[in-house]
Amino acid sequence: MDKKIVATTSLAGCFGCHMSVLDIDERILDLIELVEFNKSPIDDIKTFTKHCDIGIVEGGCATSENVHVLKEFRKNCSTLIALGECAIMGGLPALRNNIPITECLEEAYLNGLTTKDNNPDRILPNDEEIPMMLDRVYPIRELVKVDFFLPGCPPTADLIWNALTALILGKEMDLPYEVIRYD
Amino acid sequence: MKSIVQNVLEKYNSDATRLMDILIDVQEDQGYLPPPVLAEIAETLDISEVDVLQTVSFYHFFSTEPRGKYSVYLNDSVVAEMMGRAKIAEAFEREAGCKFGEVTEDELIGLFDTPCIGMNDQEPAAIINGVIFTELTAFRVKEIVNGMRAGLSVEELRAQSLGDGMNASESLHSTVDNNIHKTGAVIFSDYDPGEALAAISKESLSPEQVIERVKASGVRGRGGAGFPTALKWEFCRKAKGEKHYVFCNADEGEPGTFKDRVILTERPNLVLDGMTVAGYAIGATEGILYLRYEYRYLRDYLEKILADMRAAGQLGKNAGDIKGFDFDIRLQFGAGAYVCGEESALIESAEGKRGEPRDRPPFPVEKGFLGMPTIVNNVETLCQAAKVVVKGADWYRTLGTSQSTGTKVLSVSGDCKFPGVYEIEWGFSVNDILNMVGAETGEVQAVQVGGPSGSCIASNEFSRILSYEDLATGGSLIIIGERHDLLKVVVYNFIDFFAKESCGSCSTCRALTMMYRKTLEKILAGHGKRSDVQAMLDWVPIALASRCGLGHTAPNPIVSTIKNFRHLYEGRIVNADETFESSFDLETSVAEANRTVGRKL
Amino acid sequence: MAKIVTFSIDGQKCMAEEGQYLVDAAETNGVYIPTLCNMTGVPPQGSCRVCSVKINGKLTTACTTKVSEGMEVINESEEIQDLRKAIIELLFAEGNHFCPSCEQSGNCELQALAYRFQVLVPRFPYLFPERDIEASNPKLFKDHNRSILCKRCIRAITDERGRRLFAFGKRGDRIGISIDTKLAANISDELADRAAEVCPVGAIIRKGRGFAVPIGQRRYDGQPIGADVEQAK
Repeated sequence: MDKKIVATTSLAGCFGCHMSVLDIDERILDLIELVEFNKSPIDDIKTFTKHCDIGIVEGGCATSENVHVLKEFRKNCSTLIALGECAIMGGLPALRNNIPITECLEEAYLNGLTTKDNNPDRILPNDEEIPMMLDRVYPIRELVKVDFFLPGCPPTADLIWNALTALILGKEMDLPYEVIRYD
Repeated sequence: MKSIVQNVLEKYNSDATRLMDILIDVQEDQGYLPPPVLAEIAETLDISEVDVLQTVSFYHFFSTEPRGKYSVYLNDSVVAEMMGRAKIAEAFEREAGCKFGEVTEDELIGLFDTPCIGMNDQEPAAIINGVIFTELTAFRVKEIVNGMRAGLSVEELRAQSLGDGMNASESLHSTVDNNIHKTGAVIFSDYDPGEALAAISKESLSPEQVIERVKASGVRGRGGAGFPTALKWEFCRKAKGEKHYVFCNADEGEPGTFKDRVILTERPNLVLDGMTVAGYAIGATEGILYLRYEYRYLRDYLEKILADMRAAGQLGKNAGDIKGFDFDIRLQFGAGAYVCGEESALIESAEGKRGEPRDRPPFPVEKGFLGMPTIVNNVETLCQAAKVVVKGADWYRTLGTSQSTGTKVLSVSGDCKFPGVYEIEWGFSVNDILNMVGAETGEVQAVQVGGPSGSCIASNEFSRILSYEDLATGGSLIIIGERHDLLKVVVYNFIDFFAKESCGSCSTCRALTMMYRKTLEKILAGHGKRSDVQAMLDWVPIALASRCGLGHTAPNPIVSTIKNFRHLYEGRIVNADETFESSFDLETSVAEANRTVGRKL
Repeated sequence: MAKIVTFSIDGQKCMAEEGQYLVDAAETNGVYIPTLCNMTGVPPQGSCRVCSVKINGKLTTACTTKVSEGMEVINESEEIQDLRKAIIELLFAEGNHFCPSCEQSGNCELQALAYRFQVLVPRFPYLFPERDIEASNPKLFKDHNRSILCKRCIRAITDERGRRLFAFGKRGDRIGISIDTKLAANISDELADRAAEVCPVGAIIRKGRGFAVPIGQRRYDGQPIGADVEQAK
């Protein structure tokens, strides 16, 4: 059997979902038999070098860069998976969704406890190397079509394992009670 | 000296079930309901302040903030929009110097939106301090606002020409028009006050015999649901309870309907005698005529008729000369909530609460007002029943079709030459109606039958027959010409209306209406996908799990137009690619942050 | 003694006392009908619609319907299960439910139902409504983001004179739950505990407490909501 090609990324996430991928423990050895990683922080490949079968996206879209990466993933992956609460519904970063972005920036850089005395020139970061902030945090399905959703913060390693093996081997996904968690 | 509030509370014996009356009286005196007043009411009624506030905030005519010496409520229903409401709103904003939803700085004028006020045949229309202003023009708006600045009373501001028929009578003195374009054999035929009661007394009909006669006539509810009237009465009569109640439902909130307003104006005695007949049939001593607040202008007129009826012995002890039958009627006003047209919500409202429909069973006929057996009948239904008692079931059955007996009063509005009220026998087709009202069939895009909760039909269905067996309707027909954007002007207005008018208490109705609105917004903005259209059809079974008819029928504006006007949806699907959403726009979403940090895209 | 009636749920013969509500009657027969707004000892309201069943072919709520002789109830058809799942999804999409940061996570009935019904993502768009948090009360937080408007607090929490401490405000797309600041200012510890306890989600939280039970030992960590009813069979 040809190995499936997998890409992963973390957008506005905390890499916790990626950690959970590693939490499949020794099964990672089986996984390596089944898949080849392309663009992913796991192997540090920065750009797509070929079309992938499966794209795994952690995190929602909070910046222009997130949007760019997400669209690249959709273009380069046949199947797209939203991994974790942030990709699915914005997650904790989306707690800011009803606060105007100006207020968020001012709290972070001008008025916050740790910044108010340490930013005498009252600088708001605007270097063009820095991605632009979006008005709110978007669940990824608001930008692209998502094929599968794996909830959790992070999703349990078993959920990830069950989903990936089902997808790779083309079988029905096993969903015992313990694997679906939102926290 | 006692405060106004204490006087009002005393008038209603500090009875918490009369909270609606208490709030209405206080607000009419003070212009709004200031929080300290609510605290005083709560204290006297021995309920919490939030409990008072939950009733207050349910109804959109109540306000805890000043709404201006002159509060303008401009109708924003579909037909108002079709008849040029936008220009009138602009004129009000320009002349008054404030936006809708605001009050001018000097607190002189407040501008507010309000859903259909029952004047669809004379739009654009507004209610200012309880007085109806119809057929508004930008010129009239200017004149009215100037008058407000000059301190004129609302009566002085109103056009001096009075409406037709009883609208011109002393106790009504209204500019509203009846626009009765066709009278029929039942409602708008001759009727002498007290005639129905006289028939009972003359023929010595027992309550059971009255029910039998109504049953034999085949009268069914005219509100839209079509439940056999006699059956409802029979259930209620048999139900045990210390007292039985008759409610006449004159809430008439379905956008596009206004016939009850005309019936109440022209045939008030027929309505009230209908209530009395029903009261006799079910063994009630009290009848309550529940009117929407939009019809507050009818109050003095109706009170005078009730007084005349009492004086004539048609109400009170041995009402209508029927021995042992004591019966009286009082008016109960709502305060702006569409859902109160639903019978159990209407009862809740009449008990001084939020208009949240009840779970059924038990049905109101078993446990209704104050837990007692109660019937709630539509204005027109009671009139039909009263006429049956006078003229007999056999006569009645000669009208209409075999399944749908009698006549139906239609409220016709929109794009036609003669909007207004028509009493026809059941059994005519939509095409017949269009011809009757002067609508050019070739120019009719759609007909909304039965209001937003009914269905929107296209010309291929214009041959359908108005009847319970084919195209059942509460009587509202809105004719929508080719020139209107059906989805934007009509369908969106309706779904937005449902989202705002849902009582909010049951999850499916509250949340699903918002989901429909959001999805339609997406389609209207040109970002819809085929899957969005399909999803809206798939959601229908969820709506059917709602507690009441509002929730069940809320998707109808969208579902019936997807069915009958699918091309309008498909024409808006620009994005054939299901892989990417076009609604996300990077430039727009980074604009504010870039502005704040001083960065160019 | 009350009369015993015979009825069926999904073809299974059941017996219960006449006049019992269907959810309770089902429970005594070892059948779980999911609920959210229903609460023992408080008159039912039929707000959440999660307990929808088909009785003699008609859709209705099991919490508000009393059992009667010969009643035929459909509880677990594909249609009913999908309807319930859809309602749970609606509630998630309608509010702002950030489970990872919620004190009630693991003990939340809404979340537990979503687990039971294997909700991976709501079929509806997230609305991200603007809702507020009320923290002025000395003993309670009210986080309206998490409210599912089930009315439990409105119905169950009254003072010694029967006055409500919670009530709805507004209606439709603007509806919310208000707390009576005056009456709640002196709320007893017992009543504050009760208020937090009746809330099926984390919309009413007792101040100074939170994340009291470690992950793994919370109410719904080990077994699905309703499993106790089914196991008692």
